[in-house]
This record gives sequence, C-alpha cells and structure tokens, in this order.
Amino acid sequence: MLTPTTTRADARALDGRRARRTAETASLGWKLLLLKITVLGLLNAASVYAAMVLFFNERWLIGTLVVVTGALITWIYFQRGALPAKYLAPGVTFLLIFQVFVILYSGYVAFTNYGTGHNSTKEHAIHAIMLQTQDRVPDSPTYPLTVVERSGELAFAVTAQEGEVLVGSADAPLEAIDGALVEEGRIVDVPGHTVLSFTELMERQQELSTLAVPLDEDPNAGALRTQDGQRAYVYTSRFVYDESSDTMTNTESGETYTDGGEGAFVTESGEQLMPGWRVNVGLDNFVRAITEESIRGPLLYVTAWTFAFAFLSVASTFVLGLFLAIVFNDPRMRSRRYYRLVMILPYAFPGFLSALVWAGMMNQEFGFINSVLFGGAAIPWLSDPWLAKLSILIVNLWLGFPYMFLVCTGALQSIPEELTEAAQMDGARPFQAFRQIKFPLLLVSIAPLLISSFAFNFNNFNLVYMLTGGGPRDIEAGINVGSTDILISMVYKVAFVGAQSDYGLASAFSILIFFIVGTISVIAFRRTRALEELN
Amino acid sequence: MTVNTRRLTAMTAFVGAGALALTACGSGGESPGAASAEPTETADTAQTAGTAQTADAEASGSLTVWADANRAEVLADVATDFEADTGIAVEIVQQDFEEIRDQFVSQVPTGEGPDIAVGAHDWLGVLVDNGVVAPVELGDAAEDFEQIAVDAWTYEGQTYGLPYSIENIALLRNTELAPEAPADFEEMIEMGEEAGTEYPFLVGLDPNESDPYHLYPFQTSFGAPVFGTADDGSYDSTELAMGDAGGEDFATWLAEQGEAGVLNLNIDGDLAQESFNDGSAPFFLTGPWNVTAAQEAGIDVAVDPIPAAGDQPAQPFAGVQGFFLSSQSENVLAASNFLVNYVGTAEVQTALYETGGRAPALSESFEEALGEDEIVAGFGEVGAEAVPMPAIPEMGAVWDDWGASQAAIIKGDGDPVELWQKMSEDIAAAID
Repeated sequence: MLTPTTTRADARALDGRRARRTAETASLGWKLLLLKITVLGLLNAASVYAAMVLFFNERWLIGTLVVVTGALITWIYFQRGALPAKYLAPGVTFLLIFQVFVILYSGYVAFTNYGTGHNSTKEHAIHAIMLQTQDRVPDSPTYPLTVVERSGELAFAVTAQEGEVLVGSADAPLEAIDGALVEEGRIVDVPGHTVLSFTELMERQQELSTLAVPLDEDPNAGALRTQDGQRAYVYTSRFVYDESSDTMTNTESGETYTDGGEGAFVTESGEQLMPGWRVNVGLDNFVRAITEESIRGPLLYVTAWTFAFAFLSVASTFVLGLFLAIVFNDPRMRSRRYYRLVMILPYAFPGFLSALVWAGMMNQEFGFINSVLFGGAAIPWLSDPWLAKLSILIVNLWLGFPYMFLVCTGALQSIPEELTEAAQMDGARPFQAFRQIKFPLLLVSIAPLLISSFAFNFNNFNLVYMLTGGGPRDIEAGINVGSTDILISMVYKVAFVGAQSDYGLASAFSILIFFIVGTISVIAFRRTRALEELN
Repeated sequence: MTVNTRRLTAMTAFVGAGALALTACGSGGESPGAASAEPTETADTAQTAGTAQTADAEASGSLTVWADANRAEVLADVATDFEADTGIAVEIVQQDFEEIRDQFVSQVPTGEGPDIAVGAHDWLGVLVDNGVVAPVELGDAAEDFEQIAVDAWTYEGQTYGLPYSIENIALLRNTELAPEAPADFEEMIEMGEEAGTEYPFLVGLDPNESDPYHLYPFQTSFGAPVFGTADDGSYDSTELAMGDAGGEDFATWLAEQGEAGVLNLNIDGDLAQESFNDGSAPFFLTGPWNVTAAQEAGIDVAVDPIPAAGDQPAQPFAGVQGFFLSSQSENVLAASNFLVNYVGTAEVQTALYETGGRAPALSESFEEALGEDEIVAGFGEVGAEAVPMPAIPEMGAVWDDWGASQAAIIKGDGDPVELWQKMSEDIAAAID
C-alpha cells in the first residue's frame, strides 16, 4: 500500500539509478571493447606469426588451419549476439587440438607400421642406408684435402703419399696435375682451378658431403669422400640404389633387395634391410593383435584382468565409501566433521606418491606391512602374481574410497529424511527403508559417477605403473607382460618400453580400448536412464 | 645408463606417462608423436661480439646441438670459440638426457631435429635401425681415444659418434670396515662377515627384475659373456653365448648366493645406497653416481676391482657417452668440424670430465684424470677391463628376459639350470 508521494519519490530515485547504471554500462562497454580488441589483436598477431613461420617451413596444412582458426575466432567475437558460440569457442578449440586431433592421429598411426625401423619416409631410408653402408677401405691412408672448383663444378685436390698432387671430380677420376703449389702440406693453388675458402665450403656443404671422387677408372677401387672438407678417405659403397628399378644391390654378395610393399627393402628369401620406412598397412595391426598367438594370449589375459580390476575397484571403493558415508551421516555420530576431514586425506595426497609409498611398504623383507604388521613374515605382496593383484586392489581401495565417500555423502544429504520416516511409519525396518527407498534414489545421482569411475580405473595407468610396473612378469610368457598389467600399461610397454617400439600396434590397441570403454559407457548410461524414471 | 638409472627414468617418464594416462581416460587413444614435449629451454650461445670482424664471419648456416644441462655448460664455451673461428653460430638446446634418444628419433624425420646430439652408445641400435644417425669419420683421431670408447660407438663396422666419457661399475669399499681389497668373491664375503656389519656385501636389485647389468661382472667371471665375439672384436649378436656351460655355472652360483642371502632381491638400489652410507656394509657394487653421496655421509671410500666369483676376470659393462650426427643434417661439414676439431680436443674432454665426473674418453685427458683423482682412477682401471654394453635394438627384450629369469633363480623358483636354459632359448627367439 503505497502513498502517491512515496511513489513519486521512488520513481525519481529509480530514474536516477537507472541513468547511472546506463552510464556505467556504457563506459564498461567501452572498456570491454578495448579489452576485446586488445586480446583478439594479440591472438591474431600470434596466429599470423605462427602461420608465417609454418609457411616458411612449408607446413601448408597446419599453417592454413592456424589462419582459419584465428579468423573464425575473430569473426565469432565481433558478432552481435551468437552468445552460445562465444561461450563454446575456446573450449571447442582446445577440444579439437587436445582430443580430436590426438584421436585422429592415433587412428591414423594404427593403420601404419610406424615404429622402430619404420620411422620416416622412403627417401630418408634410402639416404640413411647409403650413409650407413659407406665402408672405409681398411688400412687406407688419409688424404690431406683441398676443395677446388672449376667452372662451378667441385673437385678434390689431394696430396698422394709420394707427394704428387692429384685432382679429380665426380665424373673424372683422380689424375696427377703439374704446377700445383703446396705450402706446409696443404695445397694452396691448383692450375686451372680456384681454391675454395672455408666460407665457400660451408655454403656448399650439402653438395660437398655427397661428392664422391673415384680413385681410378675401376669403380670397385672405391671413391674419395670427405666429411670435414680437410681430409678425404677412400670408401666403397656396400649398397647401390637403382632408381629406375627401385632396388638396392649389395655389391659384395650381389644380392638384390626390392621394395616388397611392406616398408622395407627385402631379398627374395625375405631378409629385410634396415632402416625401412612408414607405409600404410591397412588392418594388419588389428589382425596381428587378434591372430598372432604371442600377442593374442597376453591380450586376452590382460583384457580379462583389466575388466576385473576396474569392476572390483569400483565395487570395493563404492561399498566402503557408501558405508562410511552412511555412518558419518548419522546424527548420533559425534565430531563427524573431524572424521570426515581425515577421510578426505588419501584423496588429497597425490596418487602417484601414495602408490610409491605403498610400493615401499609392501617390500617383502623391509616393508612396513611385513616387518611391523605381520611380525617379520615374508609375504611376497608384489612379487607373487595373485598377491600382487590383491595388493593393487587394496591400494586402489585406499586411493579411491574418499571419492566415493564424498559423492555418497553429498547424495545422501540431498535425499529428504521424510522419505525414511514415511517408510518407517509404513512399517519398514531401517535396512528395508534404506534398501528400497534411499538406495535407488542414491543410485540416480551416483550411477553416472560409477560409470566414469569404471572408465577411469579401466585406464588407471599411474597406479599400475608406480606400484608394480605391471609385474611380476610371467617368465613362461613370450612377451614382456606382467600379471598386473592392464590394457593401457600394456600399450605403454608396446610403444615406449625397451628399444623395439611399435607405435602402430600400440595405437591399434588404444583404439580397441577406446571402443571397449565407449561401448560400456553407452550401454551403462542407457541403463541409468531407467533409474531416472524413479524421480 | 639405461639400466642403472631406471628409477630416474621412471620418474622423468612419469610426467609424460601421467599425461598419456589422462588423455587415455578421456579418449582411449594416445599418440606418441603428439605427446612428445618440445625442447623447453633454449640457450642461444651465439655471441656475436668481437667475432663479426673476422674474415670468415659471413659463413652461412648454424648448428643446433642437443645436450643435457651438464654438457650444455661446457659446450657453450666451445661454441663461442667455434663461432669466433668460423663464423658459424652454434645453438645449444638443453634437453633431458633420458629424453634425447626418443626425441631424436621422432624429430629428425620432421626436419626439426638437431645436427648433433649427446647420448649413450647403447642407443645406437635404435638410432641406426631408424636411419637417423650418420657415421662420423674420426680418421686418425680414432687412435687418440681409449679403445673401448671407439669400440662402443662402432656399430656394424661404422663409427657413429665422438665419445667423451666412459662409465662403469666397480666395487666401493668402506676403508674403515675393510682395510684391504679382496682378491675374489669368497674372500670379500669372508671379510664382510668379519667386519660384523649387517650385510657383508651390497648390490641394488629389483624383486621382479633382478639387475643383470650389476650382476654381469660375476657372470663374465664364469666365462659366460652375453654374446660371442666377431672377428673384428665387436659383438656377434647372432651368437648368444650365455646358454653355454659357463652360464649354467653362473645360474647355479646365483641360486646358492640367493639361498645364502648374499644376493637379496628385496634390497633395491636406494636401500643399498642407504645401508652403505650408514656403515651397514663394507662393500657396495655400484657406479660413480653413488660415490658423492657416500663421501658426504662421511664414508672413506676406496674403489676396487670387482672380485671374480668364477675363475675368469670379472668384466663389467661399460657405457660410453658421446656426440652423434643426424642423418638429415644439412651442415655435415660444419658439424663434423665442430666434433672432431673442437669437442675432440683434450681441453674440452677434460672440461667435460670436470663437470661430469666420469673418466674421459680421450686418452690424453684419461691419463690426466686418472693421475688426479683416486676415485676416477679406480673406476677407470676397472673400465679398462670392461666390455661395451651391447647396442642391438633387441637388447630391450634381452634385459627383460634376463632380469626376470635371474630374479626367479635368486628366489629359488625352480631349478637354476633349467630356468637359465629356458631364458637362453627365449632370448635367442627374441633376437631372431
């Protein structure tokens, strides 16, 4: 009930406030615009610079992508409206870079033979083979060298052991030349040729490093080559590459290596010449994972254990977490707050450190668990295949229950107490009330978290790597896979452990894991929708 | 290197591994290429002052060198000299030593790799098979280096690097507890027991993987080298020599020592170091990396030859560090000049020794260092008897089988000779 006077006064005050706010917004808008221009300007400057560098290095695709992304972001933020795009743009950009690209790249690698020995292109492989098979002729002398030039063509001028000066180029074998000037063992002048300075040498080092000057007309006598421009040595090539037929020939044995289409030169008997190169191998990696006995056996075993590990981890942490949540949710419990604080500690401590500490505590002879808790018993916690599995579950229970405790506490507190009371009025016993009223309601909010927890544990690399390293290894098995290895740690071993990396096979495994986790998540989320109908 | 610093590797690998695992949580897919970190720190040592006036200063191009922190410091000085003389700038990029091999393998094909990198000789198998290294012609300079250093960097007849330091294990002795060096293994254990300490002798092992690297000298003392020797003195990796009678004797010995508790799988590297440092054992089989900590703990350390357990000399593995060339380098001439004529000089080799603390590879610096420092001399003398660690890429698989089987034998899980034979067969199969 307002009187007319107060209304008018109010209206005036309201007008004043509105005016002030409009003014504020206007000045704020001006500042915002300036900020927007500055930030976008910086972003564009950075992307133009990045694109320039990329274009100079002939990275056309990535350079173009940088330009397009920069332009797109600028366009989005200078538009009126388009609020959703403005909120989503940064996230989507990072999602594309850090997730989508990574997935696509692994997908691509899974269809190649990328790994040790198949690391680069065919040109690089041929170049490397030619470099690696230049054999220096045993006991051949060192020739002091001066690099000279004749009408643009590089030539070597060397002093032979008898002191005479020889000159030769790629097409003309070494020949004695008269009238050359030698000072302190170095040739300083050659008639008809120009002696190159160090600077000139450096400018033509590409050309020089591939130059081979035949010793004489007989090609098998070898050729002079230099690596530093000051000394030349006699080399013979163990392999000759014939471009027209695309074959490598071993000059010693006469054997011919052809490109067998599998990323390496091979002889008829199947002997490979390393290095090879990267090629597309289609579904080979997937076929190998499924058909090759030495991979399939461990793969099945590891897959089974991964499922068991992930499921048991989720189940054990959930049961313990829920139990503690119920206990600490009971109003009769005193000093609940302090207990809850303590419960969170294992969660607050970095997981990999905990795993390391546990690994120390589980040492068979000197660990805390055996020497103190079990009075010096020698229980092989980490070196017995089954006990190691148990140990890893125990440690994961320790690491995982605080999370479940937290989410269960939150969920329990959001369920109204009246429901329990109503159930009890209807004659339900406390356990029945919990089992049939609270628990289903709890699952509505917890089930998605259980699924994500399952997916997390399915790929819980840190724990396995820090606690057991996948061991103990079964020495009866042909490949290096231990009894606590889960799929992701097996993938890691295939790709990065030891010297024989097989990125192609590892990526194929990753894709399999992706599909397994993805399928389970989709099915499980469908199921939880049924739970939601409870509400 | 790869073996004895496995723990360190594990720690440094952790960050990458964690990132991988995180990526995998969300996507289930990870890519080795995308996960690799870019070189983080760039120390541009190109100092233009004073050098621009020289006649050659206009030479084009620049060299890129990947080195770890210790080496980078020394190389920065060398780079300044090199630029003053030639006008070619040398850019030193600091990398973590353990990361260099894999980074090099993945970056060289993209053209982002360096011209020169620092590394350990046992990477050669991987580097050569991937076609990322080029041979370095040491020429007559090869004779100025310790034989083992050049041998180690020779792979399938080609020399691929300029070596700078030699690293091997030896027996550390606490002189207060054991005044004399033991002549053989039995005498060492007797002396150890007389000393009345908790352990007669320590060596860091792993419960599941033992440690074939540290136990190798005992294995060679039974006449069971890992591979046969080819005519030119290098390893013949087609001939696995471990499975011979000598290997079986060694396996039996391992089982005996395991049962007697002399070799204890539960004592890992950290625990062994700690026990030696607090005076709980007179002898410790380890490398130079544990000496400083022992001295800081107040132990008077002497370095002795490794006592033989069999009737032949105990030869440890040697790891040789050196610099190697990229096969995609566009500056081969400048790079090999830099290596052979600058890094290969006594001055630089001695400087590298002073920051690294490992015996230098150049004979002149080696002799000098041996005369100066008893510890280095001790390791150097053992190193002179050492054999290079094999570099074939299959070594990864060899270490795995070798370690797991040794662990099983020491634990007493079955007949030692049978386990050993099973291992030899598996390794022979893995190498083929």
